[in-house]
Amino acid sequence: MMGEDVFRLDGNGAAGVLQEIFAVEMTTASCTCEGCGRVSPVGALHLYGGAMGSVLRCPSCEALVLCITSGPRGHFIELRGIMRV
Amino acid sequence: MRASPIRWLSAEVLQIAAETPRVKTIRLAVPGWRKHLPGQHVDVRLTAEDGYQAQRSYSIASPPEEDGIALTVERLEDGEVSTFLTGELRAGDQIELRGPLGGYFTWTVERGGPLALVAGGSGVVPLMAMVRHRAAQASRIPMHLLCSWRSADDVIYRDELALLAARGDGLDVTHTLTRGAPAGWRGYTRRIDREMLLEILTGPDARPIAYVCGPTPMVESTATLLVSLGHAPERIWTERFGPTGGGS
Amino acid sequence: MITRGFKSTRLRGDPSRVPPGQYVTNDFPVLSAGPTPRTPLDAWSFGLRDVHEKELATWRWKDLLALPSSTVTVDIHCVTKWSKLDTQWKGVTIDALLEAAGLAPPTPYLTAFCDGGYTTNLALEDLLDGRGLVAYEYDAAPIEPEHGGPARLLVPHLYFWKSSKWVRGLAFMEDNEPGFWETHGYHLRGDPWKEERYAGD
Repeated sequence: MMGEDVFRLDGNGAAGVLQEIFAVEMTTASCTCEGCGRVSPVGALHLYGGAMGSVLRCPSCEALVLCITSGPRGHFIELRGIMRV
Repeated sequence: MRASPIRWLSAEVLQIAAETPRVKTIRLAVPGWRKHLPGQHVDVRLTAEDGYQAQRSYSIASPPEEDGIALTVERLEDGEVSTFLTGELRAGDQIELRGPLGGYFTWTVERGGPLALVAGGSGVVPLMAMVRHRAAQASRIPMHLLCSWRSADDVIYRDELALLAARGDGLDVTHTLTRGAPAGWRGYTRRIDREMLLEILTGPDARPIAYVCGPTPMVESTATLLVSLGHAPERIWTERFGPTGGGS
Repeated sequence: MITRGFKSTRLRGDPSRVPPGQYVTNDFPVLSAGPTPRTPLDAWSFGLRDVHEKELATWRWKDLLALPSSTVTVDIHCVTKWSKLDTQWKGVTIDALLEAAGLAPPTPYLTAFCDGGYTTNLALEDLLDGRGLVAYEYDAAPIEPEHGGPARLLVPHLYFWKSSKWVRGLAFMEDNEPGFWETHGYHLRGDPWKEERYAGD
């Protein structure tokens, strides 16, 4: 743990944008972290980024799992590791 | 895998009622609403005349057995959305929302129990939907709810929870106050700690399903404590509300 | 759909000071792309690197504090639409760092690299002539970890995501390669006066 991060949320906070893009419920999707191999549901990932975007990280090692930003020209989506929906 | 695209819906405010000086419950009629699961939330989007938009998430307080939805909103200092929802908003107004959202932090009676629910402040809202759903289903699944509040004035749903617990059907409710208690208070008066969780919640041998919701530090420390007490991490579900514990 | 009775609690402010689309705030919102790093000062260093990642110059914490410092009062503008006016910072200009290192900048672009892996790309001309600082004080006190302490980059004439928190150095690049947010659709430069929020703006 890198110390208390009072501002962090979790994958529940990204439920809206995820369902907007993928058109299915995503917080129960399971992700295998590319960094440490831990398997987590999206709802348990650490969420950062605030209004800039959804940066979802592995709750064990904080490696990036999923990053979504939304702008006038569409959504940018980065996915690392494997996700099962 | 069934596609469930979501779209913004226009909801009508039916009623606004105060729970405490800073907390209100807003009842809404939502045409086109897809029935929700206890624990789910909505995104609320407000648009000003100049085009300025603000969006926040709010947990649904009502069970799926009721028509429409209820949102319980705490007014946060400097919170532009919560200040509007608990202040200016009135019955008859329309607000935009989308949902229901979030399948991860949900419980229905089909999942079974026993249940260990731990709430910090407004984190009780999604758990209340679970409590109300259990009552509406006349379930006897053992459910222990532990709520942490700053002071007695902050406690929401107090009477309803007391009434439901008095039925003796397996629901137990415990409150702890972290910043001082009124005269005659017989409950806990400290932050949630290992001893309190040991005393209140079903032990890990019964393999309870735990739901923890509230401010981020409280959720993380509680989840860590539950694991240290022997609860299986995969039976602990968490929802973090951020530093202040609610959508500002 | 307009929400009856709703308006931002923040004000639009004076357009000569507040760029288009921004709202003035009195608080200081915290936003980051990852957990707050906690590098102890005795392990901290700031480096200038060449295009091959070779270290050209390094400063430990006490070295940074020993360099000539500048105190500036500037307005800052976040791409998420809040602006904060008259913020005071103390730090070392990039000019002073280059001079202390005796370096002529080898390329026109740089990447700021940070604890936690965050990066942002910058043009050299956006850092020189006092336009960029390595700041270590905000409001006359050490910068708090959640605001980027012990040291963050400060480039106030660009959107604040360019003022990267927890900065540990600058690496020269031949090309203007996008950093973290720029790779995810944000503008390569980010001039708030031209509303360069997203790529293609």
